Amino acid sequence: MPGLALQSSVDTNGEDFASRRDAMLEKLSELGRLAESAAAGGGAKATERLRSRGKMPIRERISYLIDRDSPFLEISPLAGYMTDYAVGGGMVLGIGVVEGTECVIIGNDPTDLGGAMTAVSIRKLMRALEIARLNRMPYIQLVESAGGDLRGLSDGDDPEAVMRRNLTHFAESGRMFHDITELSALGVPTVSIVFGSSTAGGAYQPGLSDYNIFVEGHAKVFLGGPPLVRMATGEISADEELGGAAMHASVSGLADYLAVDEMDAIRTARAVISHLHWRKAGPGPLTGDPEPPLFDPDELLGLMPADLRQPVEVRDVIARIVDGSRFEEFKASYGSTLVTGWAEIGGFAVGILANNGVLFSESAQKAAQFIQLANQCSTPLVFLQHITGYMVGRDYERGGIVKHGSQMINALSNSTVPHITVILGASYGAGNYGMGGRAFDTRFVFLWPTAKIAIMGPKQMAGVMSIVRREQAARRNFELDEDSERARSEAVEAFAEAQSLGLYATGRVADDGIIDPRDTRTVLTIALSACHSAQVKGAPGYGVFRL
Amino acid sequence: MIARLAIANRGEIARRIIRTATSMGIETVAMYSDTDAGSPHVRDSDLAVRLTGRGASETYLNVDAVVDAALRSRADALHPGYGFLSENAELARAAIAAGLTWVGPTPDVIAAMGDKLAAKSAMAAAGVPTLPTWTADDPAVEFPVLVKAAAGGGGKGMRVVRTRPELPGAIEAAAREANGAFGDPTVFLERLVARARHIEVQILADSHGNFVHLFERECSLQRRHQKIVEECPSSALDDELRRAMGDAALRGARAVGYLGAGTVEFVLEDDGRFWFLEVNTRIQVEHPVTEAVTGVDLVREQLLVAAGEPLSVRQEDLSIRGHAIEARLYAEDPANDFLPCTGVVADFSVPARPALRWESGVEQGSVVGIDFDPMLAKVISHAPSRLEAARSLALGLSRARLRGVVTNRDFLVAALRSTAFLRGDTTTDFVDTAGVPRLRDATEEEVAVAAAAAALAARHARRSTAGVLRNVPGGWRNSVMPPERASYRHRGTNVEVCYSFGRDGSATFVVNALTLQLSGVDVSAAEPGLEVTVSVGGDGERRLHVLEAPPKVWVQSAGGDIELDIVERFSVAGSQNPEGSLVSPMPGRVVRVSVAAGDVVEAGTELVVIEAMKMEHKLTAATSGRVGEVLVSAGDQVAAGQLLVVVEDALRDGPDAPEGQAKPEGQAEAEGTR
Repeated sequence: MPGLALQSSVDTNGEDFASRRDAMLEKLSELGRLAESAAAGGGAKATERLRSRGKMPIRERISYLIDRDSPFLEISPLAGYMTDYAVGGGMVLGIGVVEGTECVIIGNDPTDLGGAMTAVSIRKLMRALEIARLNRMPYIQLVESAGGDLRGLSDGDDPEAVMRRNLTHFAESGRMFHDITELSALGVPTVSIVFGSSTAGGAYQPGLSDYNIFVEGHAKVFLGGPPLVRMATGEISADEELGGAAMHASVSGLADYLAVDEMDAIRTARAVISHLHWRKAGPGPLTGDPEPPLFDPDELLGLMPADLRQPVEVRDVIARIVDGSRFEEFKASYGSTLVTGWAEIGGFAVGILANNGVLFSESAQKAAQFIQLANQCSTPLVFLQHITGYMVGRDYERGGIVKHGSQMINALSNSTVPHITVILGASYGAGNYGMGGRAFDTRFVFLWPTAKIAIMGPKQMAGVMSIVRREQAARRNFELDEDSERARSEAVEAFAEAQSLGLYATGRVADDGIIDPRDTRTVLTIALSACHSAQVKGAPGYGVFRL
Repeated sequence: MIARLAIANRGEIARRIIRTATSMGIETVAMYSDTDAGSPHVRDSDLAVRLTGRGASETYLNVDAVVDAALRSRADALHPGYGFLSENAELARAAIAAGLTWVGPTPDVIAAMGDKLAAKSAMAAAGVPTLPTWTADDPAVEFPVLVKAAAGGGGKGMRVVRTRPELPGAIEAAAREANGAFGDPTVFLERLVARARHIEVQILADSHGNFVHLFERECSLQRRHQKIVEECPSSALDDELRRAMGDAALRGARAVGYLGAGTVEFVLEDDGRFWFLEVNTRIQVEHPVTEAVTGVDLVREQLLVAAGEPLSVRQEDLSIRGHAIEARLYAEDPANDFLPCTGVVADFSVPARPALRWESGVEQGSVVGIDFDPMLAKVISHAPSRLEAARSLALGLSRARLRGVVTNRDFLVAALRSTAFLRGDTTTDFVDTAGVPRLRDATEEEVAVAAAAAALAARHARRSTAGVLRNVPGGWRNSVMPPERASYRHRGTNVEVCYSFGRDGSATFVVNALTLQLSGVDVSAAEPGLEVTVSVGGDGERRLHVLEAPPKVWVQSAGGDIELDIVERFSVAGSQNPEGSLVSPMPGRVVRVSVAAGDVVEAGTELVVIEAMKMEHKLTAATSGRVGEVLVSAGDQVAAGQLLVVVEDALRDGPDAPEGQAKPEGQAEAEGTR
């Protein structure tokens, strides 16, 4: 049992608490509206059309695939937010339990652009494969896709402008085929249920899977459809003979199981997972009956201030997400702007690193030590970010803040225990990196609705740019118009603010989704359990630390 | 003095006898057939002897085997209980010849009373009023008339005939049934008394010349000529009539030299005239009613008399205190003409309150088969007034948990609560005329709450055994997903349940068209099964007991028990019977197959006759059509649910086949031959 129970000093009756809570609830209701729109997919009409063909919407397919009454953690549910694509990105990705086995489940939403693969859905698909690979979780894809999104230009677009802004390329998306087959090579089973079209490049999705289940009369899998075949060879052919389920089950051998309908296909997929007798490689939870926190998780709603420059006592967060609110704090009086210690979440042992202010040299060194200790005892790490960055200034540079920050990033980068990060509020600059940012193979990154992620704070950004402009003006000896300078500054700040919002990041699949703070312990439990599907083992050695 | 008593019986009566014998310091020996090994009556006894062989005929009905078992166990006395060989003079003779003390009247009295025709003349000679006896071709026969087996009992071999043309067929069927049940095909005719009451008088006689009667029992509530509710006192008797009937019974008993406990049965007309029916030379199923109101232990008196001692009571000491009612719980389907049902008892839990006398031979796990009488238990209430006795009996019955076999419980509860019964309007045609519903009709809301409770219990069971993420809230979602679903069927109607939980543990259930807001949800163990506590729309907590034994789940609330069929989420293709399938409603033996493949039949045409529980059951076509397949032949043993015949809808095969015509689920109706 790690540590004593934390105390909490939160005044839940205070005005601050109430206003923070109200602001959080308002953000949550906006997120709720977006979630509704994601779930609506291509709309009621498209859904009705789907049903009339004996098909189910993707969320229904998934809800029948997973075990009854089991939890389902959707990953990046609001992907595509503030892009040219619908919220959700035409794909549903999540972690679900199938026949007692936690699996990565991803499926096209055929009501949204016919399930076509877009820049957003490809990101989700790549993320799905990554989760399966890093956590060694069986991978199930529910395929029904019109193929690649071939729409290059919309009416009125300037072709050159579109090309200039687009830095992705068709050739890159081939990586998904590589990753599917790599999963299999790593011993992670891959299962495709084909509910509809899966043609051209999409044909390789089942082509590269270990197990294929095709729905009779619906699944269509071919490299080239009738028009393409006719163009290429002059042969006249029909869908069913080119790539129907029955043909693939009895002639080509691409289908392993022929399902009479969608429910039969789902039943078959469950049977396939069942026969794997999948054993998780991690040690699993320490107890099946963990104590709930002593404090009501509902109080997590009232902790984050509107102005993220204000400090937050992060132990108040820890007290509401760890089992029994028990926390064995490590180096409590040293580098106190970073709180480190041991706890259990949902019965899983964790080390926690949580910001309680700016990172100084001492806090960075403490982090480097703590991360190494976690590797020594093969304990997963949970990062709670609310960080404006590493301390700057003459004394700090002279004190070696670069060196110490590098030690922390070195320890983090070469750590092999699972890392899970929750961004509570600010996540600025190198602070995002050092505290288990997305780029460091972090297994999962979740955001609270209050999260902001950027190179620096929007105000600082506007201020820095303004100083640079003033210096330029001084050098060139002309006078700045204060009104237009203020307007420019405000515009820069507003743009930076918008780009720093969690929703913007989540729209780009730069994280795994925004969560309700009250769900933090549940989300972490599911994520930790997923991590325990793979071996949980600390690093055998480390890169050279600059001491 | 009896030191060790062997009991040639099973079930509740064996247990009942063991209880009194044990309290008298007498050791007991149980007998059991292979199907009864490990039964409660076997465990209750000091010793148990196996009766080898199959079915009742080779075991409990086998005189040699029973006497041999008693001797092998070194018993010095033999009690026959009721049913089986209890009124078999051969057993009495064999027991006495083997040196055993026989608990019952002399073999000659048993034999004389066993022949109903002989018994009638003996009673008539003693001045006991009797109805005239007719033969089949007697021109005096008045219709409706009752065909009875001379060796009969328990309603077997009995038929009501309303017109003369029906008579030969009814006599033939009754004779066949009587021969099957008693080995004697003799039948006779008697006037069918309309609006009759069945009144019987309990008598006791010892070898010291003492004769007492313990008043009447009214057993008018019957179905298929078998009693289901009995009471004392009868609401139709005043003291004068009570004395007259008691005197008549004792007159007859004295005339035949009766010994031990017995019952003289009468039919009472609404004008107060009564006629002798028969003497039962044994303890009766319904004897506890008399015990309750008189305070006399009838089994103890039987054993005293058998040991040669005098009765412990004198007539002048006896009086009726309060009112007692017994209800018999049967494994039978009131909605299907009270046909016997079989199955495995999944739950048999009786309530502690109201305090009732429960006599049962089954428990959880008992198999109710076709070999023996389908009575599961009898329940007796005793209260200061008839109203209280009826109401407490109904309440106790409704609170009991009886799952796994279809029972007449709900019918009994409804009968006991009916105005006709409470008014004392109890005649032998009560079941047909009083308008008591055969089935409890649960309201839509009751069914919805039951389905919700079933889903909650299933959810609890799944969550508490989940291999991973067990302590994460069940059905937790972080996005908008379809609600959790569960499907059931209630009496052939789909019950679709959708539910989702709120953060505070409250839940929204949509069951078909009804929305239920549930709060205070708690599920805890209540073996066997789970207890679900829930408040529906804030109306106060209800407790429901849920027992899941796929493919069934039962949910009991204060309103009664609701049985649901679990609809599996994933069905296996090809596991359903084709439309037009006739399946056997019960296990039994095929007596005859009345059609052949290719025959054109109409709705109601007899397809197959099966025999179960010594009764013939006619199975008819539900719709007209052509017989496709016939899968059984005469003599086959069939299981409940076994496919017998497929009737193809002739219209559907034609070119003008109407589409989408719904056909009834049951496909064929079972009809008991009357």
